[in-house]
Parts: sequence; structure tokens; C-alpha cells
Amino acid sequence: MGLMTLDVPEAAAGYSHYGVLARFETAKALYRACEAVRDAGYSKWDALTPFPVHGLEKAMGLKPSKLPFLVLATGLSGAGLGFALQSWVHIKAYPLVISGKPLFTWPAFVPVTFELGVLGAALGAVLGMFAFNKLPTYHHPLFRSENFTRVTDDGLFIAIEAWDPKYDDRDTAEFLSGLGAVEVEHVPIDDPAEAGDGGGAA
Amino acid sequence: MAQSQDNTHEPVAGRAPLIVGGYDFRSLTEAVAVPVERKTPIGWWFFFLPSLAMLGLFGVSIGWLFWEGTGIWGLNNPVNWGFAIVNFVFWVGIGHAGTLISAILFLFRQKWRTSINRAAEAMTIFAVMCALVFPGIHVGRVWVAYWMFPLPNQMDMWPNFRSPLIWDVFAVSIYGTVSLMFWYVGLIPDLATIRDRAKTRIRKIAYGIFALGWRGSHRNWLHYERAYLMLAGLATPLVLSVHSVVSMDFATAQLPGWHTTIFPPYFVAGAIFSGFAMVMTLMLICRVLFRMEDIITMRHLENMAKIMLLTGCMVGYAYGIEMFIAWYSGNPYEQFAFANRALGPYAWAYWIMVSCNVITPQLFWFKKMRNHIGWLFISSILINIGMWFERFVIVTSSLHRDFLPANWDYYQATFWDFASLIGSFGLFFTMFCLFARFLPMVATAEVKTVLPEADPHQGEELVRVVPAGSGVEPSPQAAPAGGGGA
Repeated sequence: MGLMTLDVPEAAAGYSHYGVLARFETAKALYRACEAVRDAGYSKWDALTPFPVHGLEKAMGLKPSKLPFLVLATGLSGAGLGFALQSWVHIKAYPLVISGKPLFTWPAFVPVTFELGVLGAALGAVLGMFAFNKLPTYHHPLFRSENFTRVTDDGLFIAIEAWDPKYDDRDTAEFLSGLGAVEVEHVPIDDPAEAGDGGGAA
Repeated sequence: MAQSQDNTHEPVAGRAPLIVGGYDFRSLTEAVAVPVERKTPIGWWFFFLPSLAMLGLFGVSIGWLFWEGTGIWGLNNPVNWGFAIVNFVFWVGIGHAGTLISAILFLFRQKWRTSINRAAEAMTIFAVMCALVFPGIHVGRVWVAYWMFPLPNQMDMWPNFRSPLIWDVFAVSIYGTVSLMFWYVGLIPDLATIRDRAKTRIRKIAYGIFALGWRGSHRNWLHYERAYLMLAGLATPLVLSVHSVVSMDFATAQLPGWHTTIFPPYFVAGAIFSGFAMVMTLMLICRVLFRMEDIITMRHLENMAKIMLLTGCMVGYAYGIEMFIAWYSGNPYEQFAFANRALGPYAWAYWIMVSCNVITPQLFWFKKMRNHIGWLFISSILINIGMWFERFVIVTSSLHRDFLPANWDYYQATFWDFASLIGSFGLFFTMFCLFARFLPMVATAEVKTVLPEADPHQGEELVRVVPAGSGVEPSPQAAPAGGGGA
């Protein structure tokens, strides 16, 4: 499994739909709608856009990313390991006296320590971002929607998931239309082509 | 689409648009994705096949080098470092403009960078690839090239971490790695665009694998943008350190002409200068070939010309200060090295360098010249030539006449020296052609953010000026903080 798992919580079991997907025409309309969805008390929902709409995390009520702490940790580890490696090599593993200089010549270790610190931090930033975002996630119910291909072109979407406590098949869809959504659809969890064990009603 | 709109003048109120031609999100996607999706144009082969032939020459020259040894180059006793090091420093320098555009201009919030950063970053990666070939092949005994890395071995020997040459191994290889990650992270949303537009299954899978299932979730964008910002913050000191470390290969030596403290900043300025010249060359060709004159606009070209003028002046200042310090030091060896540089057997190379690097960019003081496509192209080529000669002058003119006149000799490059230089351009252009053919040339997701309609508060500034209570403002209902939970 691993890479092939759906990015759907356990709670999804027993739901026939992933949720409601609504498309908005402008970044402004999306921003307003996000504020309204946040204020209505929904928690299992997301905005999906072709580019980062700046400030949208405020409208969605999201907390800032914790990634910087991870990057600090991996960066310091990289630098620390780099410094330890060089010290170990020159003091213990291969002590070689050059021009009568001491074995622990720490100023000469600064460039490599710095480079390895940067390497550690950069790996932390990229791999940490993948982990936080659960990338790669090759299968997702939203990809079932034909409309959704526009998300990487010009489509600005809000998706509210069926297992949100406030979710209701009819009301949520109407709520989103009321916010100015130009298209609203229900997204299935399973591939409609295989229409097998759809599960219970929502 | 005519290039009618002039966006190089800043109007008094507000700013000139970065993108002209009336693009919206959809037509922008189209403009960037179509060159990746359409049938290969004939013009592309016109660039690709000669590049491939040059790459073949590179392969042959490396094969012959491995077979015969470094004797095929024109190296002699005082000049033990020749084209291999010149090419290495040249290519590392080329890469630096890519990182400057993608990282430093990002931190300075220079939004015009979005149109050119993808191609500039790609250029960085390919330039670092070219650079890394040379230290690998010039060691003579290539089968022990792995000694450069701290790997446990049966001899129980370790590299000397006090040597700038080992700093170089770390600096350049980590620079390449970080640049690659930065570039790939930037590509993910655009690969998803190509995936979603794909008509064939093979395309969908090929681009889909590298798009990692990106679906534009804002919860993902949040971490993504944070990661991107931090990579920019990391790449900025990294890029400054890389060419500084490269310059220390020379500066820590005792040789007059190399042993100067000005080298690190001088090398970094020169690197950015040469890199911008290369970006300019590539962009001038690509924007015409892929009809992106409205995305890579005159304003972008003019801004690049301004940076070339600035860094060109810094390089000229460094040339001057080198001469001054040689005289001021009172050291006869130092004074001889610089007099010999400007008047000795390599004077021809020195004056090519000065005229290309110092005089050429001075014409960019004039707006007319900054907006003249033909001159931009010619000057970018001249600067590339001049910057290659700068490294040639530093390496050979310092080495060929060192302390003892009995050691003096003249370094004459052979056919195989030139073959490896031309061949490295083959590698660079082959990679760049493949990039321009198969990957989105412009960071579409980023360019979309600089279109006016991407701003969720578009037009609100004007409303805010209206005094409260006049009933015109759109009532931004006092947003309750921390709503999401509940």
C-alpha cells in the first residue's frame, strides 16, 4: 500500500461520497467563501487553487506551518554531524600534523560544517514538506471529478468532506451555492465505473 | 500578439504590469503548456542536433583523456592548471545567476523574477553538471576520483578537511543538490498542470509520477510556500559561499596574482555577471522560439541589463583594485605579476577580458541600449566570452611566470583542450533543449500570482480611502480569529 493509500481518514468508511466540491469564479469570491465556511464552523474542508492565493490561510483559519522547526533541527544536525566528522578524522582517525599546526583546527572546518548544515536544512525543508503534505498521494477522490482538472489551470475550488460533523448532503451544497459558487457537485469516493461496494448512505 | 504595450516605464501612479498581452489564468496556462504538448517544432532540432554533436565531441575528448592521460592537454610545468579549471570556474559561475534570480530576488520580493526563474534555475543545474565534470576528469587518475569524498577505505586514509579543494567538493556538490531540490519543488504544481491537461495515458503517467499527486490544496500550499521560502533563504548564503570557496582554491595559494583577499566577493560578482549574461542569451532565444514575448517582456530584459551593468561595474572595480593593491603592497613579485598580466605574453587575453567585461556593459547606462534586442544579444555573448577569459587570465597568466624565471613557460591550448570546452557547451545546450521541450519553461503557478486577478483583495485599496460610514465599503465583517476549530 503505502503510496497507493487514499488521503481519506478512517472515518470515510461507510460514506458514499467524499463530499461537495464547489468552484468559484474569482479569487475574491473564493476568499469570501472561505471566510464564510470557516465562520460556519466546518473543520474538514479545503480550498484548492492553481496558485497560492495569498492570505487565504487567514480566511480559512489555518495555523502557520510548523516546518521551520523541523528545518532548524535538521540543519543543526547536518552542521553538527559535519563538524563531528571533520574533528574525528583529524584528531582520531587520521591524525596528521601539518606545519606543526594543532590537530583540532576548528576554523578550517567552518566551510564544510556550513555546507553540510545547509544540506541538512534543505533536505529537511523538502522531505518535511512532502511528509506534512502527504506527498506523493497518487490517488484521491477529488481526481474522480472531471471538473477538478481545472484546479491546475484556472479553477478555484472549495471541497467540504462528508465526515465533517456539520456536513449534510443537501444543506452544504446549498450553502456553497449561496456563497457564489458557479458549479457545485458531489464527488464519489469509489470509481463510479466500478460501482461496487459503495457502502451505506450518508 | 504584437509587442505593443511598453511596460518599461513606471507610471506615476502604481506600477507597470509585469505580464502584458491581456493574459488570464487560462490563456497563461495555455501559453506555457502548449510548447510542451505540441509536435516538436523544426526550429528545436536546429538547436538540438548541433548541441548533441558537441556533446558527442565531449564524450570523445573525455574518452581520449582517460585512455591517454592529461598529456593530451597543453599543460606544462609552471602551468599545471589549464582549461579544466578555467572551464570549471566558468560553469560554476554561470550557475550563480540562476540562484540569484530564484532565491535572492525572491527574498527581496522582486516579482518580475517569476517569468524567468524556472529557466534560470534549470540553467543553474545544467551549468553545475558541466562544472562537476571537470574536477572529476582532470585528476589524471580518474579511477581514484572517489578519494575526494570522505569514504571509509582499506587504506584507512581520509581527506584533508583543511584544504580548500575539499571544501570545493562539498560546496559545489551540495550547491548542485540544493539547486535541484529547489527547482523540483518549484516544478511540482506545473507538472500537475501538464498531467491534468494530458491527452494520452503515457503523458498522464509520466508527468503524474513527478507531480506526486499534487492537487493544489491550500493546506498543502501553506507548507509548500514555507518550504520554498526556506529553500530560498538557504540557497542565498549557499550561493555566496560556493564561489567564495571556489576563489579560495586560488586565494590560499602563495602565488602572486592568486594570493589576494578580494577574491571571494570579486568571484561572486563575476559569477552573477556571467550568469545573467547567459540567462539573457537563453531568454532572448526562447522567448522568440516559444512566442513568450508577453510573458518574458522588455521589462524583464531591461531589469537584467541593469543587473549586468551593476555587476559589470563591480567586476571592473575589482580589476582596478587588484592593480592598485599590487602597486600599494610594495611586493615586487606582486607588482610583476600584474604588470605581466596587462603587458606580458597574455596581454591579449587580459584586454579581451577588460573590453568585454568592463566596457561592454557601460552602454547599458542608456535606456535605448537596454531596450535594444540586438545589442542585448551581442553584449550577452561578449560578456560570456569576457568572463571565460577572466578565469583564463587568472589561472594562466599567474602561473606561467612564477618566482623563478628559469621556470617560465607559455601555455598553449591543444585541440583537446578546445574539444572539452566546446563539448561542455554541448552538454549544457543539450540539457537545456531537452528542458525547453519537455518541461514548462515558465513557472506558471507563480506567474499567476502576479496577475491582478490573483489578488483576493483586488480593488479594495480604492474603497478603503472612502471615509467610514459613507456606506460604500464592502463591510469586512469583523473576522473572528481562530474560527476553524469549533
